[in-house]
Amino acid sequence: MQGKVMRRWVADDDVEAAVARIELPFNRYGLDHYGISRDHLVTFFSMLAPFYRRYFSVRVFGAEHIPEKGRTMVVGNHSGGLPVDGAMVLTSLLLELDPPRLGQGMVEKFANRWPFLSHWFSRVGQFTGLPEHARRLLEDERCLMVFPEGARGTGKLYKDRYNLVRFGTGFMRLALSTNTPIVPFAFIGGEEALPTIMHLKRLARVINVPYIPISPYVVPVPLPIPCQIFYGKPMEFDGDGSETDEVVIGYVGQVRAEIERLIDKGRSWRREALQQGVIGEADEVAT
Amino acid sequence: MKVLVTGIASHVGRMVAVDLLHREHLVLGIDRRPWPDAPPGIEMFSTDIRKRPAEDVFRTRTPDAVVHLATVTHLSRRAKERHRINLGGTQALFEYCRKYEVKQALFVGRHTYYGADAESALYHTEAEPPMAVTTYPELADLVAADLYAGSALWRFPQIDTVVLRIAYLLGPSRAGTLANYLRGPRVPTILGFDPLFQFIHEQDAARAIVEALEKRLRGVFNVTGPRPVPLSLLIKVTGRSNLPLVRPAFTRLIGRFGLPKLPKGAVNHIKYPVVVDGSAFREATDFAPNFDEVQTMKAYATLDDRW
Repeated sequence: MQGKVMRRWVADDDVEAAVARIELPFNRYGLDHYGISRDHLVTFFSMLAPFYRRYFSVRVFGAEHIPEKGRTMVVGNHSGGLPVDGAMVLTSLLLELDPPRLGQGMVEKFANRWPFLSHWFSRVGQFTGLPEHARRLLEDERCLMVFPEGARGTGKLYKDRYNLVRFGTGFMRLALSTNTPIVPFAFIGGEEALPTIMHLKRLARVINVPYIPISPYVVPVPLPIPCQIFYGKPMEFDGDGSETDEVVIGYVGQVRAEIERLIDKGRSWRREALQQGVIGEADEVAT
Repeated sequence: MKVLVTGIASHVGRMVAVDLLHREHLVLGIDRRPWPDAPPGIEMFSTDIRKRPAEDVFRTRTPDAVVHLATVTHLSRRAKERHRINLGGTQALFEYCRKYEVKQALFVGRHTYYGADAESALYHTEAEPPMAVTTYPELADLVAADLYAGSALWRFPQIDTVVLRIAYLLGPSRAGTLANYLRGPRVPTILGFDPLFQFIHEQDAARAIVEALEKRLRGVFNVTGPRPVPLSLLIKVTGRSNLPLVRPAFTRLIGRFGLPKLPKGAVNHIKYPVVVDGSAFREATDFAPNFDEVQTMKAYATLDDRW
């Protein structure tokens, strides 16, 4: 199996240890009933770990707010042309939590049509963002990673950085009907790591992707900029998902406001750390 | 209970018949094909379900229940005849059931009903519509037969109709859609895609059919065996080798060089998974498969391997 072969080449000790402790019902081939594969997880996260530790020097604040087990939704801002934020949040859930958790993102539909991307995303639990998937995973007590801005969020231009665009409401109805706590987070640095100055709209349509980002240095490759993730306290809302749009939009507003608060907090932390030149080792802050 | 099995000479038909006999039911069978070494106690009728002698079986033998297995896939028949067998046969069967007051009718459908597509979810529930009509046009008549059988629930409320959408069959008989796909030494797949495949051991499938009858189930149910596995693993454990091809090469090469012949629509079913949720059936019947995924794959692999 491809995953197994690659695992031998790239395996990272910490990732190996963390994946071994993920609480998923793997069978004797290391597969769960969604086809998530232990070998593929080790390979996937071993490739992300160097980016997490060194390239983006990711620091995490408030990881203690994420429930150890049970259904959870981590919800945050989306940014930066390529979903670097998603990859780093997933890595943080694996490497910073005890026991580690597998975050499962809700992926844009085009990804499943692409060879290899389709294969890899299915083996590491990153499924197409369908309400059926989200509900089933939550009912299975999994940890879902949600970016309510969707592709509108990653498609932001640099001049609009950290301004949240419209939030969808589907995640809130789902959280209400499945009784899932929402852990808000702010991802800081994604906008600077890959500043988008324009989009190639026509080409994007031709190859059937939501957008193609163009950076000041043309190619959409993220720069090695330190990133931080600020997790906030879990939020729970009253209801069963059958509320009127007005009520649900109100709840979504609360989550959005909390994410904005975390973004502000994160950006001021970052400013101070930059001034002191100690972004790698600055003090802890409460989120 | 007196049970009539249509398509009894098929591999799964034989297994259903034997299981029914074991449980001391009376078994009648209709098939155009012979079953020479049928166990004693099974009354066989060699006829076509749409022909007059078939109706006479209903009239004279008055079965309590009917298991309808006489449907075919693209593998064995051309479109027109397939249409006639799948739709014409199912229609005739329900008409006889109504006319001769059969109490239970069981239609054996397929889980591919839901179709495979990049945008379809894992674990389809019975409430979902049949995507296969668009993703796999060669399955359209089976989908129609499935829906037609389900409509008997409201058209003939006096009959306890049950539609079982069963995952791919796998086992020593090596018959069925998936078994045919895996037949050769090299199994063509599409490069960059490795969908989950869901299958059930043929003996488990036969038992599920019998238990659905005995529990007198009504409604539409997905029937699943063990948990699904990626296609690459299925190929490996069944002792074949994986031949990943880019899409254009795949379309050109299938049906040649010992590779299986597949209709155009099958490509989607090799790129994307069809995985169904069988929990409703398990809750209604307490059914649990006897064979896990490894045993099921091995059961297919280890029999008189010519390759």
